[in-house]
Amino acid sequence: MKENIKFVQGNEACVEGALYAGLEFFAGYPITPSTEIAELLSYRLPQKGCRFIQMEDEIASMSAIIGASLTGHKVMTATSGPGFSLMQEALGYAVMAEIPCVIVNVQRGGPSTGIPTHVSQGDVNQARWGTHGDHAIVTLTASNHQDVFAMTVEGFNIAETYRTPVILLFDEVIGHMRERLVVPVEGEIPLVQRLRTAVNEGVDYHPYLPREDGRLPMSDFGDVHRYNVTGLFHDMWGFPSDNPQVVHDLIRHLVDKINNNVNQITNFKSYYLDDAESVLISYGSSARSALHVVELLRPRGERIGLLELQTLWPFPDQLVRRTCEHAKHVIVVEMNMGQVLQEVRRVVDQPRKVFLANRIDGVFITPRDIRNIMRLVQGKGV
Amino acid sequence: MAIKDYIRERFFPHIWCPGCGHGTVMNSLLRAIESLGMSKNEIVMVSGIGCSSRISGYVDFHTLHTIHGRALAFATGVKLSRPELNLIVPMGDGDALAIGGNHFIHAARRNIDITAIVMNNRIYGMTGGQFSPLSGYGTMATTAPYSNIDHAFDTVELAIAAGATFVARSTSYHVKQLSKILRDAILHEGFSVVEVLSQCPTYFGRKNRLGSAVDMMEQYKNDTTPIGSKAKKENPDLIERGIFVQKEMPEYCVEYDKIIEKAMKGN
Amino acid sequence: MGKLKLKEHVITREWCKGCGICVHFCPKQVLELDDQDKVFAARREDCICCELCELRCPDLAIEIETEQGSE
Repeated sequence: MKENIKFVQGNEACVEGALYAGLEFFAGYPITPSTEIAELLSYRLPQKGCRFIQMEDEIASMSAIIGASLTGHKVMTATSGPGFSLMQEALGYAVMAEIPCVIVNVQRGGPSTGIPTHVSQGDVNQARWGTHGDHAIVTLTASNHQDVFAMTVEGFNIAETYRTPVILLFDEVIGHMRERLVVPVEGEIPLVQRLRTAVNEGVDYHPYLPREDGRLPMSDFGDVHRYNVTGLFHDMWGFPSDNPQVVHDLIRHLVDKINNNVNQITNFKSYYLDDAESVLISYGSSARSALHVVELLRPRGERIGLLELQTLWPFPDQLVRRTCEHAKHVIVVEMNMGQVLQEVRRVVDQPRKVFLANRIDGVFITPRDIRNIMRLVQGKGV
Repeated sequence: MAIKDYIRERFFPHIWCPGCGHGTVMNSLLRAIESLGMSKNEIVMVSGIGCSSRISGYVDFHTLHTIHGRALAFATGVKLSRPELNLIVPMGDGDALAIGGNHFIHAARRNIDITAIVMNNRIYGMTGGQFSPLSGYGTMATTAPYSNIDHAFDTVELAIAAGATFVARSTSYHVKQLSKILRDAILHEGFSVVEVLSQCPTYFGRKNRLGSAVDMMEQYKNDTTPIGSKAKKENPDLIERGIFVQKEMPEYCVEYDKIIEKAMKGN
Repeated sequence: MGKLKLKEHVITREWCKGCGICVHFCPKQVLELDDQDKVFAARREDCICCELCELRCPDLAIEIETEQGSE
C-alpha cells in the first residue's frame, strides 16, 4: 500500500492527528503562532460534514467547544500565549464538569504579548496551574511531527477515557517547522470513542457516578437523559451541592482520576539511558537539540543519554526519579527559566546534581548552547 | 402537559427572594413552552452566573449552568454541533451586557437560532447590590454610594444594532404579553432577544427607595406603554413594550450547512 | 358549553413566600395573606378565573383549577 507521506508544518501535523482521532467540532480565534490550525480546520472539517466556527475571542472558543462536547462530539480549540490565558476560566469549568476536550497551545514568548513569532516553552506551569483551584490536568507535548500527530491522537483518547480536558503544549518551532509526516492508515492507532450510558429512558441516569473501572458514561444533550451540568460542586446528578462530603469527594475524584493513572497517561522516549552518567531531560522542540548533543557525544565515548518527556502533566515522578538515580549530573534542557527543572529537582534524591540548560531570548536553543553549559557543569570550563 | 411537568419540583421553593421578578419570568417562559407543546428533550437551557442563572436548575430540560457572561458562547457550541435542538439562554443584565457583552453582540451578528432572555433587574443581586450596565445614571448601588455616573445601555437598541432578527421587551407585570413574546421568540428562526424588566425589591428596590415588589410592578404598569402608542408621543419617558424587530434573515446553522455542502462537493 | 367555573385555588403553601403580588393585583380582591404570610382564597366566590395570580406568581405557588360550568 502506498504510504500517505506529507511534508508539513507541525500545526498541520496536529490537524492531521485531530482529524484521524475523529475531531468533529473546532472553535477558535486567530493568534500567532497557532493560526494555521484554525485555517486548516475551517477548510477540512466541512469536507467531512463537521463544523468549524471562528468565535469572537478565546474565551468564547473554549466555551463553545465545551457546549459541542456535550452534544456528543469530539472537540478541540487551538491558541497561543495570551489566548491560553483567556481560556483558563472555561478550562477550569471543563475540569469541574468533566468535559472531554482538547486544547492546543502553540507556545510563544511571554508574559503578555511577549514575542509572538518566536519560540518559548514558558507555559508549562500555566498548563498545570493556570486555572484556579485544586485540580489535576493532562498535558502532552512532542518534538517532531510524527509525534505531534501521535500525541494529538493520544490527547483525544485520554480526553475521552478520563472525561477531562487535555492540553497539547507545542511550541513555535514545532508549529512552524516543516518536516516529513507519515499519516498512519485507519486503524493503525487505536481510538477511544465517547463512552455513552447504557441506561434506558425512564431509568435514573447519573452523569457523575463513576463505574467500577472509574469511567463515567455520558449522555448527549438532546438524548433521553436530561441532567444538569455546572461549574459548582455537584452531586452525581450534576446538581449543585455544598455538602462538605460531596465537595470533598468530588475534588478527590477529579485529582485521583488523573493522578492514579500516571503510568497509563505517561508518554516518553529514552535514548542511551542505560549507562548514562549525564542525563539530559527535555521535551518539545528543545529535545531535538538535546538529542543532537547525545548523538554527537556518544561516539566520542561520553556516557550521555536523553529522557524526552511527552507527558508533562501529571508529572512522571517515578520515571524521572528512576532515570536519574545513577546519574552524576542531570541537565534539564528547556526554553524557560526552569519550569520542568523545578519538577525534576522535586523528585530526584539529590536535587543539587540537577542543572538547567536554557535559552529565554526567543531564539531556539542549539546543541552548542547545551554543550557550552554542559562543559561548565562538568567542570571543564568554557 | 402542566407547568409542573416542566420543572424539577424537588428543588422548590426556589432560591430567589420574595417578590423577585425572575420567578415570574420563569413562570411565563414555561407557559410559552407548554403552549408550543415542546418535548423536554429538545430544549437545552444555558445560563451564566448570578441570580438569573439559577433558573436552569429548576427546569427539567437539558441544562447547562456555565460561567459568568459566557452562556451564549457555550450555547453557540451546543447549537452549531446539534442544530435541531432549541436553545434558550436566560441571562441577567450584568451577565448578558457587562461581562458577556461581547458574546451578546456577536451571537446577534451571526443570527444563530438562540433565544436570549435578558432578565433586567438593573443590579447585581447575587453579590449584594452593585450597579450594572442597566442600572442607569443617578441610581444608587453598593458600589455607587454617591449615585451612579455610568449611563445605561438600551438593550433593545443594542440588540437591533448588533443584528438580532427578533427583538422585544416586556415586564414581569405584563405576563400575558410576556408569555406570548417568549413564544414568538422561541418560534423565530434566528437570534432573538427578549428583554424583561424584572424587579429586584431586595437590592435595587431598597437602594433606590422604590418600595415593595408590588410597588415596582405598579411602576412597570405605569411607566411602560405599547410600541408606538399615543401615550409615548405625549410622554417620551415611557418605556416601550412589544416586538421591535421581527425579520427573516439567513440563520447561521442553515448557512453552515450550505458551507458543508460546498466543501463536500469540492472533494 | 358553559363558562369556566372555579373548582379550586390550589396553593402550595411551602412554596409561597408571601410577596403579596397575587393579592395586590387580583381584580376582585379574592386573595389575602394569612398570619404566616401565606396566600389563601378569602373570597373564593368572587373569583372570575382570570388566572392572573397564577401567571404572576414568582414562586409557582398558586394554580386556578377550573371546570366547565353549566349554561
